[in-house]
Amino acid sequence: MSPEDLISRSAEKHGRERKNLIPILQDIVRENSYLSEEAMVSVARELDISPAEVYGVATFYSFLDTKPLGKNIIRICKTIICYMHGQDEVIRAIEDRLKIKLGETTPDGEFSFLPTNCIGHCHKGPAMLINDRVYSSLTPETAVRAVEEYI
Amino acid sequence: MTQKQLRIKINGDTYLMYEGQSVLEACRSAGINIPNLCYLEGVSRRASCGICVVEIEGARTLVRSCVTPIREGIEIFTNTGRVRKARHTNIKLLLANHPRNCLECDKNRQCELQKLSDDLDVRDTSYPKIRKKHYDIDASSPSLTRDHEKCILCARCVEVCSQVQSVDAIEIAERGMEAHVSTFFNKGLDASECVNCGQCLLVCPTGALMAKHETGSVWKAIDEPGRHVVVQAAPAIRAAIGEEFGFEAGMPLTGTLAAALRKMGFDRVFDTQFTADLTIIEEGNELISRIKNKGVLPLITSCSPGWIRFAETFFPKLLPNLSTCKSPQQMFGTLAKTYYAEKMNIDPSKITVVSVMPCTAKKFEARRPEMNSAAEYWRNKGRRLPGGTRDVDSVITTRELADMIRESGIDFARLTGEKFDEPFGISTGAGTIFGATGGVMEAALRTAYAELTGKSLKDLNLKAVRGMGGVREASVDINGLTLKVAVAHGLKNAREVMEQVSKGKSPYHFIEIMTCPGGCIGGGGQPVPATTDVREKRIKAVYSEDESMPLRESHKNPAVIALYDEFLKEPLSGVSHSMLHTEYSRRDLYPGI
Repeated sequence: MSPEDLISRSAEKHGRERKNLIPILQDIVRENSYLSEEAMVSVARELDISPAEVYGVATFYSFLDTKPLGKNIIRICKTIICYMHGQDEVIRAIEDRLKIKLGETTPDGEFSFLPTNCIGHCHKGPAMLINDRVYSSLTPETAVRAVEEYI
Repeated sequence: MTQKQLRIKINGDTYLMYEGQSVLEACRSAGINIPNLCYLEGVSRRASCGICVVEIEGARTLVRSCVTPIREGIEIFTNTGRVRKARHTNIKLLLANHPRNCLECDKNRQCELQKLSDDLDVRDTSYPKIRKKHYDIDASSPSLTRDHEKCILCARCVEVCSQVQSVDAIEIAERGMEAHVSTFFNKGLDASECVNCGQCLLVCPTGALMAKHETGSVWKAIDEPGRHVVVQAAPAIRAAIGEEFGFEAGMPLTGTLAAALRKMGFDRVFDTQFTADLTIIEEGNELISRIKNKGVLPLITSCSPGWIRFAETFFPKLLPNLSTCKSPQQMFGTLAKTYYAEKMNIDPSKITVVSVMPCTAKKFEARRPEMNSAAEYWRNKGRRLPGGTRDVDSVITTRELADMIRESGIDFARLTGEKFDEPFGISTGAGTIFGATGGVMEAALRTAYAELTGKSLKDLNLKAVRGMGGVREASVDINGLTLKVAVAHGLKNAREVMEQVSKGKSPYHFIEIMTCPGGCIGGGGQPVPATTDVREKRIKAVYSEDESMPLRESHKNPAVIALYDEFLKEPLSGVSHSMLHTEYSRRDLYPGI
């Protein structure tokens, strides 16, 4: 399906009011993994709002990605509870294993390593998601082992 | 319907206030100032700055007064230790991320954050900077610069751009420590919907939004031996320049302005009102010709460059409705380097044209590639002007002019009034009222009436098109023709009028559109603050100036009559077309998408 078709179908399904912006953006991310400039401009035109507003909403939410990502997406919680439980060491361990920095994608396109806002596992921090699966109570070692499941 | 009154207490005193008022508004009506950095009356209540907090009896926490409505019996405390401490902390948190190089900032001494820190006696800036992400200064626009480092995220700019102008070029992007005001994909203002109006910088509480400065190039021209530097001052300058020198808003200072410009060292001190009169002749004739020849109607004014860019961006199909007349600024630039150069026998390559404008978009207009008719004129006569010659060389705002007057050591308040120079300093009251919303319409109707009937309007004061209503309409009977007109100011109102035109449902023959609320007197280059009250006072100054002029109809301007005799021949002539008229082109944003 062409991006325009996808967007107009999604707008048809959810409605063309401002409040329907997020479900439409979610549809696009589900289908294309990220929101391209072209997609955001199309959505803006579809809902008759400004591209800057779409961009503002898209960049506010961690799960609405605005650049192309790798095949597997690791999202590590960056909020304060996970921070207090040693999130820093976990990040460093994954960075060393994948040889990329937080926020980057591996050159082979296999992994993107991103920070995210709270994923609701504060009681078992540090926590991360790989694709849709949650990994919690992480140590540097368990985190690396989790990543290696996808290599 | 009478509004319900509520009995409330502020700091122990009882007041009667109207239901629907916020705590902040109620306190202000009671004469109690509540400091704030993000609230904007009638436009924005984002409640982002946290400075306007007050205590409410019975409430667990402090509340932000800008978004808390009053209720019967509410007891408000604005001056407790807890309130003072919270305001201190919140200002210190803002200052933690704010640069301290006030001396280098354009907003020095006019910065709300600076003033508030001083007013609230915040001297301790010991909190560490926590904002780490750096964004480059956005200098892409010819009119404005944006510096994220100085931004406190109050979002007044975002609200004005959206609520007042319906341009929506900017929005807050990302979140938390990374949050920043951004154009689409941070592409920069010049690549966005921005129309360069500068309403955002009028409300920016810090130096995050600033006008591009051109004072350096103006001084350089004045200082250069052998250079003939002519200056034109727009109608709206005289109604506002006094505010920069301690005068009350609404004091017209035309003579003082001319005297100051002469003392600064300009070789000739001219008046954009002269070409405003000329615009009326050309545009009035364009209107009559379109009506007679069944041309594209409604005709829409074209002197406000922010509006032009707005039309090119949002209503490209309606560009044929726009008058082809250049703005008075650009007509002036062209004529100064052609007619005036020839008449005075001055080498056109030695002439520098400086504009003093109430407007940041005029900087953009002067740089439009097609605005070089003088070079074209001389090329046709076998003479090449230096590459890059523009009709208007430099555009400075009212604020920049005030800076230059101060730098010159001129005691503005003590100057004796002087006259503008001839020939381009001669103008009528019709030119003066260009500065206020509705003024171009009124000036055009005065002349169109005389043109079609051979006599002047009985009452030159066309009150129906005056005022601050967002869209105003009027009908004028001229020799059996009922001319229907409308006036809109502020681009949100303009959009409303244009959507009607778009649908083919516009009943009007002629529409005046001004980008800024109040017209040019409320432009982005004018002194700050520019509240609605200040704008209304400036408008009063404009009309009082008009009434004091011996001539009040553009077609009676003797210098304009001489210009036609000696150079242009007649309105809409071939010479007029090549010198005074222009064309527009659609602006495709986000090309390739």
